[in-house]
Amino acid sequence: MACRTCLWLLGTTFFTCTVRLVVEGTEVGATQGSHPEPGVVGSNHSQAGGGHGSSISGIQIVTFKWHHVEAPYLIALWILVAGVSKMVVELNHNLTSVIPESALLIIIGWILGGIIYGADKMQTFTLTPTVFFFYLLPQVILDAGYFMPNKLFFSNMGAILVYAVIGTCWNAATVGLGLWGCWLGGAMGDIDIGLLQFLLFGSLIAAVDPVAVIAVFEEVHVNEVLFIMVFGESLLNDGVTVVLFNVFDAFVSLGGAEIDAVEIIKGIISFFVVAFGGSLVGIIFALLISLLTRCTKNIQIIEPGFIFILGYLSYLTAEMLSLSAILSIVFCGICCQKYINANMDERSVTTVRYVMKVLANGSETIIFVFLGISAIDPAVWVWNTGFILLTLLFIFVFRFIGVFLLTWILNKYRLVPLEFIDQVVMSYGGLRGAVAYGLVAMLDENKFKEKNLMVSTTLIVVYFTVMLQGITMKPLVTWLKVKRAAVTELTLAEKIQNRTFDHMLVAIEDISGQIGHNYMRDKWHNFEERWLCWFLMKPSARKSRDYIFNIFHQLNLKDAMSYVKEVRATHKVRESHDNLILYLQTQDIVPSVCLDMHEQDLTMRESEDFNAHHLLQQHLYRGRKQHRHRYSRSHLETNRDENEVQEIFQRTMRSRLESFKSAKMGVAPAKKIQTKHQKKDKPQKVRGEGTFSPFLHVRPHSHPLIGNVMCMLIKPFRGRFSSALFIQSSKCGGVKMECHLVNIQKQKSRLGLLLLIPAFGTSTFKKGK
Amino acid sequence: MGSTNSTLSKIPNVEELMQETGFTPAHIVRLYDRFEALDKEKTGHLRPQDFGAINRLAMNPIGDRIIGAFFSPGQETVDFHSFVRILAHFRPADKKHPKDPSMPEPVNSRTSKLKFAFQLYDQDKDGKISRAELLQVLRSMLEMQVTEEQLESIADRTIQEADLDKDDAISFEEFRKSLEKVNIDHKMSIRFLR
Repeated sequence: MACRTCLWLLGTTFFTCTVRLVVEGTEVGATQGSHPEPGVVGSNHSQAGGGHGSSISGIQIVTFKWHHVEAPYLIALWILVAGVSKMVVELNHNLTSVIPESALLIIIGWILGGIIYGADKMQTFTLTPTVFFFYLLPQVILDAGYFMPNKLFFSNMGAILVYAVIGTCWNAATVGLGLWGCWLGGAMGDIDIGLLQFLLFGSLIAAVDPVAVIAVFEEVHVNEVLFIMVFGESLLNDGVTVVLFNVFDAFVSLGGAEIDAVEIIKGIISFFVVAFGGSLVGIIFALLISLLTRCTKNIQIIEPGFIFILGYLSYLTAEMLSLSAILSIVFCGICCQKYINANMDERSVTTVRYVMKVLANGSETIIFVFLGISAIDPAVWVWNTGFILLTLLFIFVFRFIGVFLLTWILNKYRLVPLEFIDQVVMSYGGLRGAVAYGLVAMLDENKFKEKNLMVSTTLIVVYFTVMLQGITMKPLVTWLKVKRAAVTELTLAEKIQNRTFDHMLVAIEDISGQIGHNYMRDKWHNFEERWLCWFLMKPSARKSRDYIFNIFHQLNLKDAMSYVKEVRATHKVRESHDNLILYLQTQDIVPSVCLDMHEQDLTMRESEDFNAHHLLQQHLYRGRKQHRHRYSRSHLETNRDENEVQEIFQRTMRSRLESFKSAKMGVAPAKKIQTKHQKKDKPQKVRGEGTFSPFLHVRPHSHPLIGNVMCMLIKPFRGRFSSALFIQSSKCGGVKMECHLVNIQKQKSRLGLLLLIPAFGTSTFKKGK
Repeated sequence: MGSTNSTLSKIPNVEELMQETGFTPAHIVRLYDRFEALDKEKTGHLRPQDFGAINRLAMNPIGDRIIGAFFSPGQETVDFHSFVRILAHFRPADKKHPKDPSMPEPVNSRTSKLKFAFQLYDQDKDGKISRAELLQVLRSMLEMQVTEEQLESIADRTIQEADLDKDDAISFEEFRKSLEKVNIDHKMSIRFLR
């Protein structure tokens, strides 16, 4: 079955190619393959289709107008071919888990390139720098920026910068100088090249490529710190690469004689300008996007478009100003994430996420396929054993040395040191990819006589890293990891305990804090909350965001109780109390059920333990360690984490209040909440919460409660803020509630505790201060 | 923040503390800063509310239990020494020191860590994890949609697996035995407390 599908798909691809070739005819153009569009010399098929002669007599009913649609048709056809290739590649999961997708796509590219070359006797379609840098790369990087796990990124920013800047400079210098030295020593034979050209080549081959890195790390699951290091490095090193490339390019143009200290200083300054300038452009555009989404309430249907357009513009603007375009679009994505997710309608956010993934995935596929195709072009191949082999050797060896050296230095300053295995993975994972190829293809042949040699070498380097290192990465990681408990053998007790340990560790980490007080982080946080959110977020979004950090956790129950004492609430309404509890319990507690069964469960289907293990697998809270804040090219995270967090949060708060209440009232602690079966369609019996709380044991004296005080958590979803309260008033049969937004702690928090006190009386919304 | 020494001198009995827990002076200082940051009212003691103010703990299913573990039974506050002592459980084990049977068990040994974990379950401190206590923990760690019957079946199964003397409760020895394959040092250590 799979075989048949495979053949069918391959046949389609082949057919598509043939169609194209037939259409183009065998007319051999004199042009080479470096057009900005994959256009080609068209043939003269625009002749009338129906008639035999060339004279135009009478009306043509149907004409074959190839030239009319040539350019867009070819583009669309290529996108289709790339998509079909990806489909073919993904047919067999066993294959993709061994060989990364990117490698397979390159192989398909080779096949296609071979077909085209065979028909055309020249490579009509190649990956041209313009197409690559303007049409294929931006969406990949925007995707990376938008989905970047910010907290992780910024907390490791120092290390990432060290690797990106110093590491890349080190790589560039060592590779360039090493090659130059070897050339001087005669290992490469006779080639027309100089020190500056070597340095330039070194700088463009030194950079780790974001596209390739992601493609490989999709399959290999590494810990999040390691991942963010490599990923962050691959994104940020563009700043360095651009500068080095331009500087050395200019130097080569100037000629060696003109270089003096001034020029070198100018080079160094240009690094700072390019890097910071690029980031600044990105941040400005992020601000623009956020502001724009503040006002797009009435045009929600096209809201998502703005993100893409403005992101692309940030890229182009930076390019225009000769700043680092990749840095610009990365920071644009990173900075605007939070605000646009808060401002836009949920459906728009979903749209943005999906479209972003489609574009990024599509681009990546096309990039890899074309990387393969571009190789099948004898015109660019120049073989110089010494050059190529030495390049491979140097980038590999110097990468290792560089990473280990830098890590050794960094570990002195880091709280959690990077281990040996992490360093090995980081060195081994320094893949080069299409960016290097794009840069090398941009070189001017007149200045660089050995351009073709460099192109060939770059291609070989790319293939080597992507394919060989990609394939062997996973086995290497597995081999290096010392012990890995087999999942199938864990007993129930072990499973539960493991999860308990996870939660315990997270809790202790939170209690002990990473460093007593992170001054800078707190300052930034305060600044951001006061000013940025006010400026960039819609008012309604502002109110509901970050419920954890604003409402409730400035909770000082003592103050809350004393406030309540002052409020004259006269009647208790039993019914509304229960309704409130129901509301608390049922509101949005709909965790998405994970439908795919763990493999282990399938094998244990026979045993009785199946049920218990299955339940554990499905329903244990995952805890923060397992909330994969990972970036993934092909998977979108569902909202399960958010629901889980909410659920836990509500339960904790409820249990604290329960214990508090019962402490005050002197009721026995294990009071179960009886619930009426509500009329909703969920017939589930809600479990009572046995109250456990330290708040109970150690607060024998508490302030008298008047009425039933229930802390109401308003779920922070856009617009539901107000609707939640209205639900209550309607549920209580027309009795309106008195709601106060209390600012518990007198200092900074704007949203304090929301107390709902059932009372007869009109409802007033008062923002008490 | 002041230099390490000046902060250290503010803490009474700091030498003894370092000996007992094995923390370095730098760590003690860091933990002291953290303690002071939590102790908003500068009383020198922490109360449950101070722990409750830590945002993230509310998002932890067993957060309140952990808070409770800091307080000895009957005590309402935690002073710095107890704070550090509890945290010392989570130091990674010292691989280098040979086991000296004459010295008391170090705080971060495998047994001590397991004891700490055991106490999280065993709320009434009777040395056994009863079925009810296990149920309580399970309830807090499983999603709301799991019904009471399912919970009970999981608890029953778990006790069945671990309970060797068939008293329908898990003693510390049984607990320890059930976890002998688990790398406790790895699972219950925080690297930055090394």
